[in-house]
Amino acid sequence: MSQPLDAAAAPGGRPRQGRLVLRLEQFGLIIVWLLLIALFGALRPSTFLTWPNLSTILGSQAVLVVITLGLIIPLTANDFDLSIAFIMTLSSMTVAVLNVNLGVGIGWAILAALAVGVVVGLINGLLITIFRIHSLIITLGVGTFIHGLTLWISDSMTISGVSPILMNAVIVNRLFGIPLEFYYAIALACLISYLLDYTALGRRILFVGRGRDVARLSGINTDRVRVACLVVSGFLGALAGVLYAGTQGAADPVSGVSYQLPAFAAAFLGSTSIVPGRFNPWGSTVAVYFLVTGITGLVFLGFSSFIQEMWYGGALVVAVTLSQLVRGRQEQQF
Amino acid sequence: MTSGRAASGPDAAPLALHLADLSKTFGGQKALDQVALEVRQGEVHGLLGQNGSGKSTLIKVLAGFHPPDPGSRLHICGTEVPLPLAPGAFRHYRMSFVHQHLGLIPSLTVVENLLIGRLAGGHAWAINWAAERRLARARFERYGIDIDPGAAVSTLPPVQRALLAIVRAAGEMSDGSGEGNGLLILDEPTPFLPKQDVQQLFRLMRSIVATGASAIFVSHDVDEVMDITDRATILRDGRVAALLDSKTASRQDFVEAIVGRRLAASVPPAPQPRGPEHVSIRGLTGGGVRDFTLVAGACEIIGLTGLIGSGYDDVCHLLYGSRRAESGTLAMGGRRIALPAVTPRSAIAEGIVLIPGDRANSGVIGMLPVSDNVTMPVLGSVFRAWMLDRGGMVSRARDIGKTFEVRPADPTLPMSALSGGNQQKVVLGKWFQQKPRLILLDEPTQGVDIGARQTVFHHIRAAAAEGAVVLCASSDYEQLAALCARVLIFSAGEVVASLEGAEISKEAIAEACLGSAEGKMAYVPAA
Repeated sequence: MSQPLDAAAAPGGRPRQGRLVLRLEQFGLIIVWLLLIALFGALRPSTFLTWPNLSTILGSQAVLVVITLGLIIPLTANDFDLSIAFIMTLSSMTVAVLNVNLGVGIGWAILAALAVGVVVGLINGLLITIFRIHSLIITLGVGTFIHGLTLWISDSMTISGVSPILMNAVIVNRLFGIPLEFYYAIALACLISYLLDYTALGRRILFVGRGRDVARLSGINTDRVRVACLVVSGFLGALAGVLYAGTQGAADPVSGVSYQLPAFAAAFLGSTSIVPGRFNPWGSTVAVYFLVTGITGLVFLGFSSFIQEMWYGGALVVAVTLSQLVRGRQEQQF
Repeated sequence: MTSGRAASGPDAAPLALHLADLSKTFGGQKALDQVALEVRQGEVHGLLGQNGSGKSTLIKVLAGFHPPDPGSRLHICGTEVPLPLAPGAFRHYRMSFVHQHLGLIPSLTVVENLLIGRLAGGHAWAINWAAERRLARARFERYGIDIDPGAAVSTLPPVQRALLAIVRAAGEMSDGSGEGNGLLILDEPTPFLPKQDVQQLFRLMRSIVATGASAIFVSHDVDEVMDITDRATILRDGRVAALLDSKTASRQDFVEAIVGRRLAASVPPAPQPRGPEHVSIRGLTGGGVRDFTLVAGACEIIGLTGLIGSGYDDVCHLLYGSRRAESGTLAMGGRRIALPAVTPRSAIAEGIVLIPGDRANSGVIGMLPVSDNVTMPVLGSVFRAWMLDRGGMVSRARDIGKTFEVRPADPTLPMSALSGGNQQKVVLGKWFQQKPRLILLDEPTQGVDIGARQTVFHHIRAAAAEGAVVLCASSDYEQLAALCARVLIFSAGEVVASLEGAEISKEAIAEACLGSAEGKMAYVPAA
């Protein structure tokens, strides 16, 4: 319904903006990230700005990168997956229970964990599309349900002693001093970047997210696309769980849940950079490392753990506000 | 062409609203340039112009949304009012606005919607809902409208929603404390209403103006403006192109002032050779349609119309699978398709396309670039060697934009930056690029300005000339008369009359529709 004169009176902004502003918007987050590193480096040169510390940051947070990458796929289709951190916890627990308690080979345990993620994603997707219920509600309910499942199968206890093969492949072995899982996360970002930007499926996901009715009338099976997105996020949540089990050598039933909020913060913060206005894998990856750098630096400065909650919570609000400003010339839909 | 001045002799009442030398500059471009607008008391004043002519900017200046350039002057009832107006200050001057989207909350009741304005600013501690409902009913009765104050707005038909919005605005207008009898500003309230319902709206406007209030009626539609207004100011490129007396000016005067060039007088339907049987629909039932049967030859453009609720507007959606048919078959090019099983996806695969009427929600994705919108149904073909050919998408969109005369010609702009007419050209390009065999049109020129309308017509005719069958569901009789070689008139879900060739005119279609409603028209089989 056009509101045609709006267009004439206040054209959509972007084309009239200077190239510099555009570039600033695109790479602003990277610049701020580098400034943050410089700041902490200047304040704590002997501890913060050391290769072991930086490589730890890059390596240990690959789990969060994978979760964030999992989130942006349903977010692009305008669905929230609040169950992703619970899927991750269930997946890491599945690996531990099968491998440690039941003596199943690590390969089979990993496959089972990934399958669990796919099944939960499928359940999410089917409930959302068949009964036409908002994804926030379904994934919150399903997530909480499977969290109970995690507590049940683990007896609410941490299970350690996961096969060293997994640990070696994830965190022990290094390339250029950085644990391998960092490269897994980067490879995944490449893959998702290709999926979202260079395949017809990626475009379909975007169309479904931005104009569901238009997409349907253009011959896109919107339900199938939405289910597929939630299956992918379930799978990537489970993959994050496997990496988590490899990083810790153990699975605990609760701490995975603390990844939920940082992942959302990173997804929204990421949508303000690289491809401003869209959830995108490189923006998300940069955002994860920006957030983690901040936390690490603040801890080095002597803040205790309360700062983590304040930092992530604050970042989510700031990120959503920024993404609103970036997209704000148009109606906001997530 | 009269560009004369309003009579404002000493005996005449002061003007209800007098804007003079109104200019507004956006980033160096003049959206309004020395515009004058004079609205007399008790007058319905039309404000016409193509998209981009400055209509909405003018309205937004009155609403206090845009500050005008210095030098602009505003008098209300003879008293100078300092510009710019603060947002919301219009209430004080007894102005009130009804926008195209009406500003109703569908999930709330009629009474709640009526009270929105008062509750927003007031301090009501105890609302007597029974009394409010009685008041509302009394207000509706005064205007001869039958709306249940307790009903949810979402259950009302579109015309009643529009009436409700206008009644509410009229009420708010008389709440103000300023001078005069009030000024009601209707910013294109009609394009999404079926033509026959517009008369109800006009009756309401006349009874409001009869109380001494004035109204500004912003519209694209020349006929509506000629019908309801006393005088009309026509804007073109931010300037006043003409001030016309609606009772004496001819349609041609209006069109010429709006477009700035003389359009070929209403083009007679091009002779359409009815090709060999191409599409045959049998026993289509579903939605508001019962047992619809049609045989159409290649190159035919067939109009579907009727009064609201007659079911004509369901046919396209049932054939396309965007609403589910209960029964019926479609035979096309030697293939038979069971209609209940059709989905938009399978319809597209058969060479069927639908141009939906609700452009904002179903036609385009405003946030995405034109190129993405255009390539939506043909993603497969721009997917080469593992990679979407994104450069190819943009250049393809640019070619289509050129063919369909889309302005501005930049496919990387977001769709929302285009005017309604240009958006519709993009939609046509999106669907016509694959040479469809059956084209389903649902109100193809709603909210499209007069210049773009001709372009849209041209491309529909061209697609038909290439062998497609076109079904055009519309309540715009003039459009049907201009496009169609055959018009089917629906009543209660069935075709009750069929006009062909020389029988077709705007008046004949209107007559047939009204006649069918009174049950006077004999049943005429469609095929």
